[in-house]
Amino acid sequence: MATMSLTLDNTFTQFENFGHSLRAPSYGFHPTRVEEIFDVFNLAKNLGLTVTARGAGRSYNDASLNGGGIVLDMSAMDKILEWESASGLVRCEPGVTLKQLWQCVEPDGWWPPVVSGTMQTTLGGCLAANIHGKNNFQKGTIGEHVLEFTAMLPTGELIICTPKTNTDLFYAMISGWGMLGVFTSITLQMKRIHSGLIAVDAWPVPNLSRHLSDLLDNAPRYDYIVGWLDTTTGGQNLGRGQIHAARNLKEGEDPDPQTTMQLAYQQLPDRLFGLMPKSLLHYFMSPFMNNLGVRGINTAKYITSLRKHTFRQSHAEFHFLLDYVPGWELSYGRGGLIQYQSFLPKETAEDAWRGMIQLSHQRGLPSYLGVTKRHRPDKFLLTHTVDGFSLAMDFKVTNNKRAQLSELLQDFDHMVLQAGGRFYFAKNSETSAEAARAFLGEETIVKFNKLKQRCDPNNLLESDLFRRVFGQSI
Amino acid sequence: MENSVPDSPKPASSSRTVATPLYPRRRGIIIGASDGLGAALARHLAREGYTLALLARRQELLNLLCDEINRTANEKRAHAFSHDVTEYDKVPNLLRRIVADLGGLDLVVFVAGINYPPGGIDKYNFENDRRMIETNLIGAMAWLSPVAAMFQSAKAGQIVGIGSVAGDRGRVGNPGYNTSKAGLETYLEALRNRLTRHGVNVLTVKPGFVQTSMLQAAQGPTPFAITPEKAAADIWKAIEKRKQVIYTASIWRWIMLAIRHTPSAIFRRLSF
Repeated sequence: MATMSLTLDNTFTQFENFGHSLRAPSYGFHPTRVEEIFDVFNLAKNLGLTVTARGAGRSYNDASLNGGGIVLDMSAMDKILEWESASGLVRCEPGVTLKQLWQCVEPDGWWPPVVSGTMQTTLGGCLAANIHGKNNFQKGTIGEHVLEFTAMLPTGELIICTPKTNTDLFYAMISGWGMLGVFTSITLQMKRIHSGLIAVDAWPVPNLSRHLSDLLDNAPRYDYIVGWLDTTTGGQNLGRGQIHAARNLKEGEDPDPQTTMQLAYQQLPDRLFGLMPKSLLHYFMSPFMNNLGVRGINTAKYITSLRKHTFRQSHAEFHFLLDYVPGWELSYGRGGLIQYQSFLPKETAEDAWRGMIQLSHQRGLPSYLGVTKRHRPDKFLLTHTVDGFSLAMDFKVTNNKRAQLSELLQDFDHMVLQAGGRFYFAKNSETSAEAARAFLGEETIVKFNKLKQRCDPNNLLESDLFRRVFGQSI
Repeated sequence: MENSVPDSPKPASSSRTVATPLYPRRRGIIIGASDGLGAALARHLAREGYTLALLARRQELLNLLCDEINRTANEKRAHAFSHDVTEYDKVPNLLRRIVADLGGLDLVVFVAGINYPPGGIDKYNFENDRRMIETNLIGAMAWLSPVAAMFQSAKAGQIVGIGSVAGDRGRVGNPGYNTSKAGLETYLEALRNRLTRHGVNVLTVKPGFVQTSMLQAAQGPTPFAITPEKAAADIWKAIEKRKQVIYTASIWRWIMLAIRHTPSAIFRRLSF
């Protein structure tokens, strides 16, 4: 039953996506206790509004937006409830961020098994998106390390899911984009580490073919692998870039793990060359954020990467590249940026991406940044992964190129689907319902709709993402 | 029925077209959209990519306008809601429903206005005066006050109110209308002073003569009359530039400067 009476007064808030390319005014609520989530469900039902949960708002698209409806900002439910340093088990509220998590477990010799490129994301958001890291080919998605979670359904029912109990909901709510229920607590298994440092090998790759074969062949020897791909260069050099592969240090390799696992050792420097605050850096980046400037930057980066080298760096530095320059996304200017990420089977990836990059050059719409990873499939219902690779491409949004960019991405969708690829709803903002249906398959959609009907008979949980990709199928 | 607001609300439609970074849809409400300036503004904003809720009393006119806009845009950009602005109690629910249907709110334009002259400079008609105040002023306050609260809290948005050159002075011809527009303009100024610090813009538009059905009620000459399309284009420009007060046609700025500074000793002897 409702514990307090809520109103919409003074709750209207302008929510944005991570890329600052969408603005969706909605009524914002910030629950601190599980019961308050139920109060918000009740309010929504009485007023005929929809609800979506939001974590850190780090997805590139509309996953945590609900324009004109209610947004449940979960960031105030941010307590680490239990931490067992002997077994590496941690139970958290959904608003706990990866930053809180690694800072809690690392001094005891543990590290989260899967992390995103930013540490600002919340665990609730990580589960809803079922995030992957640079170790997807080894450790799978974060859902594979969840031992148990509790969630509140829109009916007010609290359910407990594990891989063995409520199995269908376990595999559907993780990767379910918050459309079946709202996570209220999450139990995760951490991964043992024997040093605060990680051993990184970096080497250049001259073209797309080598790029992908190096990812494929080297992945088994490492814990993590990620490629930077120069999306501005075509011809013979198309797909050139640099690969960073890393492995955790074994016991004894780090002479002083107690020191390197201290938080002080893991801080990202907040100044460049010890002088300029990095939070100002994006102002200096923006003049280069055009086709010509970015081409120069990519070329310079490739030249500096030609030296093959090996080094050690802290976990935080290696994993959280997106946090290295705070506010970097602001350098894309007023229109913001969008990301287009495609997941392709290892057999078809090379041809498809060659075609896509060439097409983007022909249309004068090169991507400004390309990142590649190696993946393996998983059994979550709305999974985005494949046995193959992913390529994430960032595009700048400008007013006069919106229509052309949209057309390009529609052509990309076509090429990806033709090649048997998949999409990731945390990234792509323009995926249509038809494209989603095509890669998910009819059977998956029917299954998801059945679960939706069961958990949320009144369709209380809806986000802009949900309306975009599932709107027509319900 | 698209236009009726149910007493027991149902969740917002899941079929509305969602904004994406490449198709950013700004969302607006036009109150008083069935003809004249409101309709011209609706066509103009729809062309600029707005998704619109169009409100008016006259359902048939409204439906025709929506059909026309949606046909031209080849997608659903205009949604019709039949509404009488003097039904003040219905505003909060209708506003919430519209915001949910549009997927947010960026712009609200209050156009609704009636003009019932008393019929001569020696005639008085309280009933007409009351109706004009109820529609032109209290109707605006019923809408703009909850809208202002939402925009203030969101720290974003723009409010546009259609005043009139008639609001600049009390004149012999139509005391009630002058008062309703002067009151509205003062109200908009107060909102502007409250909201600018929260990042919300409030634009007051003062049209002179516009060739609408209201013009047919005007007595005497109607100089510098412009088409509703021209007025809508002026208003759009002002919205984009986030202006505070504009006259349309712009020549009225100079005319009204003179009229506002005419000493009362002279002004009260004039017959317009």
